[in-house]
Amino acid sequence: MTNLSPERQYAMLRRMITIRRFEEIASEKFRAGDIYGVVHAYSGEEAVAVGVCEALRDGDQIISTHRGHGHCIAKGADLNRMMAELYGRADGYCKGKGGSMHIADFSIGMLGANGIVAGGISIITGAGLASQMDDKGAVAVGFFGDGASNAGPFHESINIAASWKLPVVYVCENNQWAVNVPAEESVATPNVADRAQGYGIPGVIVDGNDVYAVHNAAVDAVARARAGQGPTLIEAKTYRHRRHTERLDQPDARPPEQIEAWLQEDKDPIARMISLLQSQSDLLPNERLEELKTIVEEDLATAVSFAEKSPFPSKESALEDVFSGLAK
Amino acid sequence: MTTFREMSYVDAIIEGIAEEMRIDPKIFHMSTEAPARLHSEFGFPRVRQTPIAESALTGMAIGAAGAGYRPIVDWRLVTFCFVAMDQIVNQAAKIHYMFGGQTRFPIVFRTTVGGGTRRAAQHSQSPYSMFMQLTGLKLAIPSTPADAKGLIKTAIRDDNPVIFFEAGRIGNVSGPVPTEDVCIPFGQADIKRAGKDVTIIALAWMVHEALAAAEELSAEGIDVEVIDPRTLVPMDMETIKKSVLKTGRLIIADEAPAAASVSADVAARVVEDAESFEALKAPVVRVTGLDAPIPYSPSLEDYIFPDRSRIADAVRKLL
Repeated sequence: MTNLSPERQYAMLRRMITIRRFEEIASEKFRAGDIYGVVHAYSGEEAVAVGVCEALRDGDQIISTHRGHGHCIAKGADLNRMMAELYGRADGYCKGKGGSMHIADFSIGMLGANGIVAGGISIITGAGLASQMDDKGAVAVGFFGDGASNAGPFHESINIAASWKLPVVYVCENNQWAVNVPAEESVATPNVADRAQGYGIPGVIVDGNDVYAVHNAAVDAVARARAGQGPTLIEAKTYRHRRHTERLDQPDARPPEQIEAWLQEDKDPIARMISLLQSQSDLLPNERLEELKTIVEEDLATAVSFAEKSPFPSKESALEDVFSGLAK
Repeated sequence: MTTFREMSYVDAIIEGIAEEMRIDPKIFHMSTEAPARLHSEFGFPRVRQTPIAESALTGMAIGAAGAGYRPIVDWRLVTFCFVAMDQIVNQAAKIHYMFGGQTRFPIVFRTTVGGGTRRAAQHSQSPYSMFMQLTGLKLAIPSTPADAKGLIKTAIRDDNPVIFFEAGRIGNVSGPVPTEDVCIPFGQADIKRAGKDVTIIALAWMVHEALAAAEELSAEGIDVEVIDPRTLVPMDMETIKKSVLKTGRLIIADEAPAAASVSADVAARVVEDAESFEALKAPVVRVTGLDAPIPYSPSLEDYIFPDRSRIADAVRKLL
């Protein structure tokens, strides 16, 4: 199944639970009016971000989507500054200028969530080009959805990355719905991964709710990229537990029975990991699991309290950071 | 003492880029056609010939800049950058601000603008004012070889995304260019000709048409001042104001049509300023391209664009 040490597996589980609980709390605070605009919850897709990021090392870079909280957490972003950003506060990652859709932490190689579907794919390809020129073996990983695989930047970028053998891993989180358009009606090939053939690169389909399967696929793709053999397209089949955004005034076209099926324990990525750890390998006694959950709750309570205590940014700061350095 | 060498506008830009590339190994150049002189000196991978995929190239420049490089992307004709508008508008212009200024994005996007080359509507455009709306991009538009070299060097050293508009019609025009390391600061207009009767603000090729008009008018005893802003963001309103206070008459000459344009913006800013408004002895006049896509036939294209005689007529009417 895996050769990951128990400690690493605990860490992965902790991150997955952190993501799930972060999203639940963010949604709750959104409804309470403490978080503004939109929140796109990553619940249900945790195994993809965590499985992939566990295959990375310092110096590697990732880019995310509008549904970006999970990728931030998986890459090691600070929960306090994330929550403060959602709250629109001065101590947030972007000083309150970005919000949920624009959290970035360049110091850990998290090049940002992105409010435009497919908007990050060429940017991460450029980060891959930089890695290739640096020649230090770093890789760049672009996360995006099934919807983005229908957009031009996906095709232009992968063509260039394949032609130039850039060290990029393209990770399509196929949650089967581009807002309310089903992939089966909008993706011309049976699988997004099939599109890799058109660019002469490996296309790998993986169960996106099996963190071990995702991790194994990522390890192979990352090794290939580090070895200078070029990009890989990984398609992780998954499902979002929640509607497209937390805004209740927008419809959810997904059939209720489909949602219900994906919420079951045999599908849920966290329940599946716990079940494997407990039944197959006996690695996770109940006390240990409860301890993990308690730590996560404490971390997130700290994050909420940090966000609540952080001041709103001064209005004058609205005109700062338009340009780098001395503005005109 | 500064020494000069005669060279074309395009050669001056390439020389400026080459000088900067020799100093800073993080600079690299991507374009669907690699400039021969850069390619022979620096070769691959610093000078890359790319697929025709402007959207990807624009995004890649952002990613490489965020990772510590200083990319130059030549879109070639400005026409081709429209397929990259998401990357320009939603990403490059906003990424520094949106992420709270976490990191720098030093990028130069080179592109050719303007008409007069008999290439019809899709290959003759001057859409620079569109980019002024975005906030977050610096915009340069030189009119002479010396300015082109000095401004491209500054653009490359700037830590922000810069769009460097190169006037296609000036490409082969030659002029004296400093051989030394001379950078021209952004936001510093140049008085191309001093005069006391009328101020003409002109961009790119229109600078040359305005200078020709000024020459013609001087024979009639009319003393015209011609100012080239050289950068649109930042815009040197101070120099423009000083000139308007002196002459009391303002004409703005631009190939781009008048609607929501550089000419509209400069006019608005001048009349918004109480002192300048007070100093005006006549309405502000704009001499611009007419409202049509640029046609192919010389008789049609020449009618659409302003030229020295249209500018001179406008000056005469003002006095």
